[in-house]
Amino acid sequence: MFVIETENLRKVFGTFAAVDGLSLQIEEGKITGLLGPNGAGKTTTIQMILDLITPTSGTIKIFGTEIKTHREEILNRVNFSSPYVALPTNLKVVENLKTFARLYGVKDINGKIADLVDFFSIKDLLPKMTSKLSTGQLTRVNLTKALLNDPKLLLLDEPTASLDPDIADRTRKLLKKIQSERNVTIVYTSHNMGEIEELCESVIFIHQGKVKDTGTPDELIKKYGRKDLNEVFLTIARGSDEVA
Amino acid sequence: MKWHRINALIIRHLYLYRRSLPRLMDILFWPTMDLLVWGFLSVYLDRLNLGNVNIISVLLGAVIFWGMLQQSQGSVSTTFLEDVWEKNFLNLFVTPLSIAEFLVATVFLVMIRVVAGLVVISVLAVIFYHFNIFVLGFAVLPFLLNLILFGCTLGFLITVIIFRFGTSAQILAFGFIFLIQPFSAVFYPLSALPKAVRYIGYCLPSTYVFEGMRELINQGTFHAMGSLYALLINILYLVLVIILFYTVRWTPEFGPAVKL
Repeated sequence: MFVIETENLRKVFGTFAAVDGLSLQIEEGKITGLLGPNGAGKTTTIQMILDLITPTSGTIKIFGTEIKTHREEILNRVNFSSPYVALPTNLKVVENLKTFARLYGVKDINGKIADLVDFFSIKDLLPKMTSKLSTGQLTRVNLTKALLNDPKLLLLDEPTASLDPDIADRTRKLLKKIQSERNVTIVYTSHNMGEIEELCESVIFIHQGKVKDTGTPDELIKKYGRKDLNEVFLTIARGSDEVA
Repeated sequence: MKWHRINALIIRHLYLYRRSLPRLMDILFWPTMDLLVWGFLSVYLDRLNLGNVNIISVLLGAVIFWGMLQQSQGSVSTTFLEDVWEKNFLNLFVTPLSIAEFLVATVFLVMIRVVAGLVVISVLAVIFYHFNIFVLGFAVLPFLLNLILFGCTLGFLITVIIFRFGTSAQILAFGFIFLIQPFSAVFYPLSALPKAVRYIGYCLPSTYVFEGMRELINQGTFHAMGSLYALLINILYLVLVIILFYTVRWTPEFGPAVKL
């Protein structure tokens, strides 16, 4: 079953088509990498999936229903995290988590927060002001927020950007744990091809607002005759996509 | 519309007030300063014995009611700007929160701030100047309702402008209200304005409140039709602003949550 299906999705800003006839399917229960160079249309696609911006044309179905008509129902089962979208820094961590738990209508707020705080080992951070957290701590708090509503679909926009290798590795392990223990479908954008190879069971390459190729990391490496996904990325991004 | 989401936004803002002196000052300190300045001026003018007008009541009534209008508009704008400054719109609107819930939560926060401000300023007016705004009786309620509604509508209008044009428009949140002050006949009757300018005053709900308040203080009569006109104009403006809100929300270009 596909959790996300888009068909001929287009988003035009003035005369520039950021997304140009994008059709993709994302399978349930997998970690799927959404890849592409800067300006490829990844972020715009995620923003349309989250109903933050309206497509110029095309359809988006999530869990089999259109976001346009079932926004509330869908967003109750979806969450999003990005290091570029910080939680309010003028609230304590616990206040932020409670606010978002209330927004999602979580029944047992304290119980849910306690459960996730254990999972991410952030109990000592709860009374701290969000502005006082390090980047690694913020990432864990962001991920905690992203799991408050037990999402079935999690959109992660470069979650390990600006993390040191140690914290990035811990974060990837956490994400694998989330996916396996909670059966969450994860859509993951990153420019770190190594972590995509490590994490993702499926990859969608976007270039100039269109799907350029899809497959498992191994399939794509084999298809393009390159030694790793990084080289595949360079081949696609630079426009010479002939298979060696 | 779900109460738990409205409640979440209200509590999120109350967390901030709990430990922020500048935010509390915004509600209590500036209205108090206005009251003191205008109060002393009223006392001075009263001593000059300029006629039969009850200067202290007219001016202090105007200051208190103007404060409520300013507080309503300011509360909407500040509540909204808190999320702009924290770049929190994207976080909020990836949840199922709707525009309607966002607006309703803002109105509740306005009510909390206005009531807190009104209580403090009314008590101070009694203590310093022996002026009790509530001697105006039940007329205070339609006056306040119209001012709060108009303040919210103006606040929402400024919010729409910031939604549409980005943070460069946020300066409006602090100065926009003063654009309507000269036409609202706050401290002088509408008849003091040039005839052509009075038509602008007729289009503002606030004008009917301030004219009505002076009539009530000076002649002891409550002009119910004036309050009704004000209410109808308020409803018209509110509907127009809500339509604008939804138009901007579904703008084919960048959505506000992404832009802010």
